[in-house]
Amino acid sequence: MKPTDTSDPRYYHKVVDCQWGCPAHTDVPEYIRMIAQGRYTDAYLLNRRSNVFPAILGRVCDRPCEPACRRVRVEEEPVAICRLKRVAADLADDIRSHLPAVPAKKNGKRIACIGAGCASLTVANDLLPLGYEIVMFEQFDQAGGLMRTNIPAFRLPAQVLDDEISMIVELGVDLRLGHRIDSMAALLEEDFAAVFVGTGAPRGKDLDLPGRQETERIHIGIDWLESVAFEHTDHIGERVLIIGVGNTAMDCCRTALRLGGESVKVMARKPRGYFKASPWELEDAEEEKVEIIVNHSPKAFVVDGGQLKGMTFDHLEYHVDADGNLQSTVIDEVFVACDDVILAIGQENAFPWIERDLGIVFDEWDVPKVDKATFESTRQGIFFGGDSAFGPENIIWAVEHGHQAAISIHKHCSGDPVAKRLSHGMNLLSTKMSLHEWSFSNDYDPSNRRRMRHVELKQRFDELNIEVELGFSAEQFVTEVKRCLNCDIQTEFTAKLCIECDACIDVCPVRCLTIIENGDRTDLVQRLNTPVTNPDAPFFVSDSLPQTSRVMIKDENLCVHCALCAERCPTGAWDMRKSELLIPYAIDEEVAACNQKTG
Amino acid sequence: MSFIKKPRITKGLPQNGLGLSIVDYEGAMSTLCAGCGHDSISAAIIQAYFELEIEPHRVAKVSGIGCSSKTPTYFLRPAHGFNSVHGRMPSIVTGANAANRDLHYIGVSGDGDSLSIGLGQFCHAIRRNVNMLYVLENNGVYGLTKGQFSASTDIGSTARKGGAVNQQPPIDPVLTAINFGCTFVARGFSGDKQSLVPLLKAAIQHPGFALLDVISPCVTFNDHEGSTKSYAYTRESERTTVYADFIPSREPIETDLVQDVTTVTLHDGSRIALRKVDDDYNPFDAGAATAYIRDHQDQGEIVTGLLYMDEEAQDLHAMNNTPNTPLNALEPSKLIPGAAKLAALQKAWR
Repeated sequence: MKPTDTSDPRYYHKVVDCQWGCPAHTDVPEYIRMIAQGRYTDAYLLNRRSNVFPAILGRVCDRPCEPACRRVRVEEEPVAICRLKRVAADLADDIRSHLPAVPAKKNGKRIACIGAGCASLTVANDLLPLGYEIVMFEQFDQAGGLMRTNIPAFRLPAQVLDDEISMIVELGVDLRLGHRIDSMAALLEEDFAAVFVGTGAPRGKDLDLPGRQETERIHIGIDWLESVAFEHTDHIGERVLIIGVGNTAMDCCRTALRLGGESVKVMARKPRGYFKASPWELEDAEEEKVEIIVNHSPKAFVVDGGQLKGMTFDHLEYHVDADGNLQSTVIDEVFVACDDVILAIGQENAFPWIERDLGIVFDEWDVPKVDKATFESTRQGIFFGGDSAFGPENIIWAVEHGHQAAISIHKHCSGDPVAKRLSHGMNLLSTKMSLHEWSFSNDYDPSNRRRMRHVELKQRFDELNIEVELGFSAEQFVTEVKRCLNCDIQTEFTAKLCIECDACIDVCPVRCLTIIENGDRTDLVQRLNTPVTNPDAPFFVSDSLPQTSRVMIKDENLCVHCALCAERCPTGAWDMRKSELLIPYAIDEEVAACNQKTG
Repeated sequence: MSFIKKPRITKGLPQNGLGLSIVDYEGAMSTLCAGCGHDSISAAIIQAYFELEIEPHRVAKVSGIGCSSKTPTYFLRPAHGFNSVHGRMPSIVTGANAANRDLHYIGVSGDGDSLSIGLGQFCHAIRRNVNMLYVLENNGVYGLTKGQFSASTDIGSTARKGGAVNQQPPIDPVLTAINFGCTFVARGFSGDKQSLVPLLKAAIQHPGFALLDVISPCVTFNDHEGSTKSYAYTRESERTTVYADFIPSREPIETDLVQDVTTVTLHDGSRIALRKVDDDYNPFDAGAATAYIRDHQDQGEIVTGLLYMDEEAQDLHAMNNTPNTPLNALEPSKLIPGAAKLAALQKAWR
């Protein structure tokens, strides 16, 4: 194999699994170190740069970083990355003075953002410092979008939402609350340099079964949550069935418990292991005594004289067929009594307000065609982001869409091609302080993940809005930060210094190093000290070594970044270097353009 | 040396037939210089015992004084251990082995501990054919006292600093051992674990005294251009003559390897497979082996591999006709014949 080019930012980026897994590429190890050093404000600001809403995401992010966390390869549970983000947010000072200054003199370009959710707010956050005027239209009387309407306050308090949203709005957003856009054509007649559509995926899927239209007691999950959020709904029957087992279902069942539900059952069509809900959300719901009933496929709503009596289900049995697919057979039909049914079986985008003759092409599923990198529709100057771009995802995805759309909008307004964008950069800096001292803590802490403290079960049902999670205590987060393996502190190898003494190979606690004769990849992986378990993980091959012309191989999947290879190396061929991924935002595009102009 | 503890990570590690993973065979963190050959030998020892599926607590590790003699701390944490007086490791092992023949004995020594202060002990343990693995970590320098020439330094080698040139002829442990009738003589290199681990496995299973001389560069005092025991010099000059591998009795020999492989069957049915690089080399002929090693030495080559073996010789216990039950497990009534027997014995000599 050819020697690995570690100066390519993608190589070390992929080693930092959490950052690679995060759609917004938040620099997780660095903010965790900042928390360890008591630099909470810095940790908050570092988060905010990439994910914009650290306090919100520290509570409700879907945390793609955590399943990716290297810690899972060493023991059972990942670092509590998400809840450490909340620690930074809880303990940070007021950061408003750290935000970039917004120029008083505008650049004369007005941008329309439709919807005041996380995607639009991110666009505003990125473009306001560049002198753009942002006009944001929101159909409701409060900003926040699905973060406000669909996430119950016992998970995300209104105060937290208000704080982080106001930080952006106060930069100078022209926020038009209660202003619903009913016609794109009409909007386009106004003087906007670009339009960003961040209207989410507001239509909950319905379940067209017998009896569906005969009662008022069947609710669409996200609509029901919305009416709870705006206090239009404040009670529900004692026996509630939730159909579907995704994260919305978890929010519905827990909300139902707080509005009078006594017996709340989540009806799942498939067995455990096939649920869409995140494991931690399932865990929290079950802690509150929600019953999850598996292998029940909805068949009909049983309504008698306009009154909902319950539902019938096919009780299924599953087996895996020869091709590995899950196959079901019906065992019998079951009736389950209930007073209310909440449907939480998915949601989709809906654009009845976009005329189809504006040059915005819609695909076969009636959603607009949107470029995956630039977020531009087929009509120049009209951009989509968040759930409205590619269907329901999580907040962190919408934020990343917002960042990318902001870059595109800036390019569009500057007359530059939107697809021509800055790529990621990387800084790589040695952490060596003295002989065996590094500017990071390399001592492995075997502690297990700290358990999040929750409000007592009884107490949390007293009021709808009591936040269930208390956050980590000081003792808890001091331990939790030490569990991070510092994946961004890279083992950088200089082949010409190596004397092949094997010291690094011998001391490595996970045996991820091998010195062997070079070969092609299929050949090399068969001769390693430890077999490759993750073929997708980065794989380092050095230049030829001076004494024997063999090569040093490192399987990055296994490394725990303990620095022992570098401590044991007698010649300094291994060094621990911090890789910092440089992610360009709209403002960096502007800086690069200015630099180019001034030469 | 390092100041942090090595992380103990066992998730996903393979286990041997005893249900142990390789970390169960490790010891404390080494305090030797970073890059010391001795640490590589410790790693190879860990690997060998793990692969042989020997329970670590069934091993006794004994050493004398020196950098090499510190290393038993760094492997097989649950094993018995004895850190003895300088050069006296062979006596301790001889005594321990006499009392309990059921343990696996490993003695770790260096060129100072074996070839200077302990040369007599070394020779006599060989003569007695004590069933043990004797690892001689040979770096050609007194490292612990900051780099003086040792008894294995070659003529013409220079000191790291000051320009001193060694004038005295070295004692070659391999030739010495063959001369004294050692029943298993091998040489390895700390920087070549692919050969070293199989050599260790064969030596551990050999039923008698097994000498493994391992060139182990001293990265601090003897890894320079004037050294004949540096990483670079050893790599250039190493000539592996006979590769050895240990084959447990339950495993068949793969047929495609058989043609150029000689196997020696041990008493328990397991075998040592020898693959010769030079066709005319005979590892069962002490005289020829000696001549071959000496010839290549004159050409500036370091001959490595399994150089000599004699599976017929009797070990200490066979020579003394001791029972199969370890002496320390015998009933006192059987172990101590009593006053009447002693009187009868003395009477026979009057």
